Amino acid sequence: MTTPGEVTTAEPMAPEQHPMSRFLREDRMPHIWCSSCGLGTTLTCFIMAVVESGIDPKDMAVISGIGCTGRVAGYLNFDSFHTTHGRAIPFATGLALANPDLRVVVYSGDGDLVAIGGNHFIHAARRNMDILCVCVNNFTYGMTGGQAGPTTPITAKATTAPYGSYEYPFNIPYLAVASGANYVARWTALHMRRLKNSFREAINKKGFRVIEIISPCPTAFARKNRLGTGLDVLKYYHANSIIQHGADPKDADIEMGGKIIVGKFLDVDRPCYRDYVTESISRQLGGK
Amino acid sequence: MAEDRRVLTGEHFLNGDHACAEGAMAAGCKFFGGYPITPSSEIAERMSERLPEVGGIYLQMEDELASMNAILGAAWGGWKSMTCTSGPGFSLMMENLGLGVVLETPCVLVNIQRGGPSTGLPTLVGQADMMQARWGSHGDYEIIALAPNSPQEMFDLTYKAFDLSERYRVPTLVMSDECVGHMSEKVVIPPAGKMPEVQRKYTTKKPGEYLPFDHPAGGVAPMVKAGDGYNIHVTGLTHDERGYPVINAEAQDVMVRHLIDKINKNRDDIIDVEEIDVEGADVIIVSYGISSRTCYRALDMAKEEGLKVGMFRLVTVWPFPEEQVRELAKRVKAFVVVELNFGQIYYEVERCACGNAATYLVPHAGGDIHDPADILAALKEAAK
Amino acid sequence: MPAATPKRDEVRFTGFGGQGMAVLGYILGRAAAVYDGKNATMTQSYGPEARGGASSSQVIICDGPVYYPYVIVPNVMVAMSQEGYTKFRENLTDDGKMLVDEDLVSLAPDEDLDRVYRIPATRFAEELGRKIVANIVMLGFLSALTDFVSDEAIRKAIADSVPRGTVDLNMKAYEKGRAHGQQVAGDRSTKAEA
Repeated sequence: MTTPGEVTTAEPMAPEQHPMSRFLREDRMPHIWCSSCGLGTTLTCFIMAVVESGIDPKDMAVISGIGCTGRVAGYLNFDSFHTTHGRAIPFATGLALANPDLRVVVYSGDGDLVAIGGNHFIHAARRNMDILCVCVNNFTYGMTGGQAGPTTPITAKATTAPYGSYEYPFNIPYLAVASGANYVARWTALHMRRLKNSFREAINKKGFRVIEIISPCPTAFARKNRLGTGLDVLKYYHANSIIQHGADPKDADIEMGGKIIVGKFLDVDRPCYRDYVTESISRQLGGK
Repeated sequence: MAEDRRVLTGEHFLNGDHACAEGAMAAGCKFFGGYPITPSSEIAERMSERLPEVGGIYLQMEDELASMNAILGAAWGGWKSMTCTSGPGFSLMMENLGLGVVLETPCVLVNIQRGGPSTGLPTLVGQADMMQARWGSHGDYEIIALAPNSPQEMFDLTYKAFDLSERYRVPTLVMSDECVGHMSEKVVIPPAGKMPEVQRKYTTKKPGEYLPFDHPAGGVAPMVKAGDGYNIHVTGLTHDERGYPVINAEAQDVMVRHLIDKINKNRDDIIDVEEIDVEGADVIIVSYGISSRTCYRALDMAKEEGLKVGMFRLVTVWPFPEEQVRELAKRVKAFVVVELNFGQIYYEVERCACGNAATYLVPHAGGDIHDPADILAALKEAAK
Repeated sequence: MPAATPKRDEVRFTGFGGQGMAVLGYILGRAAAVYDGKNATMTQSYGPEARGGASSSQVIICDGPVYYPYVIVPNVMVAMSQEGYTKFRENLTDDGKMLVDEDLVSLAPDEDLDRVYRIPATRFAEELGRKIVANIVMLGFLSALTDFVSDEAIRKAIADSVPRGTVDLNMKAYEKGRAHGQQVAGDRSTKAEA
């Protein structure tokens, strides 16, 4: 699909710096994402939220798994870790525990986080680990050519589902809420302002926070299912998204051609893992 | 208080698993991520009790994939970290052991070997993961693996594993076994002043000048930790000295060569062996771990029968002491390799003997230790 | 390896899982290694069951280093189950001692009674209120009948090995077993002299 190349020798043309350049590894541009893919938009929203939150990027770390979204860690000019497929969350868990001053963000895709990494997702939520988990859901394995995944809607086609998918997909907000997350929201790549606000809100919270972003994959999912260009997919989101804060996440299933319920499903302040550790140890051992 | 609790100074009667945990504590381990599995669980249990006493964290992970990744994350967060496992769990850790290798991340992985394949013999001994330790993750790399044969060595070599992992920025394996893990013996632990915490070397360079994956003359770059302001990028993809992915044959050659050279060129520093009566011996036993303890008995029996037998015990199994075995092969009639498998280290010995000495194996499927009489029979055969 | 063979004593404990055979081995080993300044190795074998099933442990006590860590020919065998007695009874030195819980083990018809020392360890433990200390009763019995670990060392090892709050009970159990052992030993020597 793309060539993950090194820095090209394209002649410098922009005299001014890109407003986000200090947050990006410009020596790794151009990125590998396809034209009209939603990932760039989600990253823009994330960076804007970091700027608005006033947090020094030095105090943040971003961990990704494998896949198109997994490349986020390579482009953000933060301490960033590109791990193995599915394992961003446990890597982030160790990092967050060793350095509690860091704000740890896992930024990865649906296949990475809820298929191969699904066990880590539910257990990090159960522990309420201090991680902001961003899941960009494009319903497919885009980087490898569009195979069916854990979120592929029933009947949707994929290179490994030529007759349409027969499996029920995961409803990620429902999974996250049931597993014990502190904060769960869903937006599409079209809802830039709301997504940014959600990022800002979640960055400043503790515990396990999940933001799912429904995002177009023009090259694989949209093409395979004749959904048109990336722009057409965004228009679909515009026509079919229903903002419904506080909705019961069990009603937020996504079906081919159906409505997409977005909004903030959950925002609570259960004590996170480290709160329990600190409290319990100091009570039993009399402080460290 | 925290510092006082780090080293369990004194004379103790500990099982190997507990001694291993104390070695890790003395080295300054602050994070343990693991999944319970017989016969290694006593290490996890001890760490869950001990780490909170020094402000560290024990986290029971959801599986061994998570365990291996969590200790890598903790290492990049600035903590020394470890995990332990056995058989099936070791297999699950292999993919991300490779991640640790390629990210050049110091950490320690302890395998209390049991009988395999598969679920095999959960409560009984085996030594059949030795080649998996060397080659278990995909791709080319070198690894360090130590093989303790007593609870005292479980303490000493776990401590040493932390030291080696820091100095060579490589996950270091302690390849023990059920017998040594569950055996209790006297373990003498020096005072804290004599057991300084293993130190990680951090860079003194400024952001922008620092290359996290540099390879100065067969060595490794000092580290930074997340949050130090270096905006490091760390990836499991083939990468350059900056840590940036470079997907081509040239970059692959430079990176893989470095991963191999940093171990291979420092073999003299890394390798440790025990030699008993090797001078003038006709036949030499090569063994390690619990099997070497059985060999001590066979050695006595052979001497009573007038055989000239010595022993070459592998304390470091990987990198394999190739040079030493090559030299010995020129002076002795034969090697007898004693291990609880059907030939793993045996093939290494045979390879290094280069036909200069015969190589015999005393095979055993595991579940129990060798009968010293079987070893004696092999020694007699080899001495003919 | 040293030229002169140092004094080496070997003990095998056999019983059921849950009877504390491993604890018994551990305490004896700890007493020898930590409090008597000798070297000791304790090994155990166990199955997947947490309770029941066969359980055994071995202790080697040596003035020098313990190289080979397993029993070659034990000088003492402690049997707290029929199965353990039957399985291992053949393997004992000629002058070895066989210590049995007399309520749990029926001796074989061809057993050499001179080497057998009997104690109702479990019954004594029940009289003390806790069947679980039968192993410590047996340890007291062993202490009275052997000399390779000192009484003082064993008492210290019990004190720092058993759960807090049970030290008194365990000491009573130890003393009960030891007293019985001294009585049995006394009877034997009287009989021998007669």
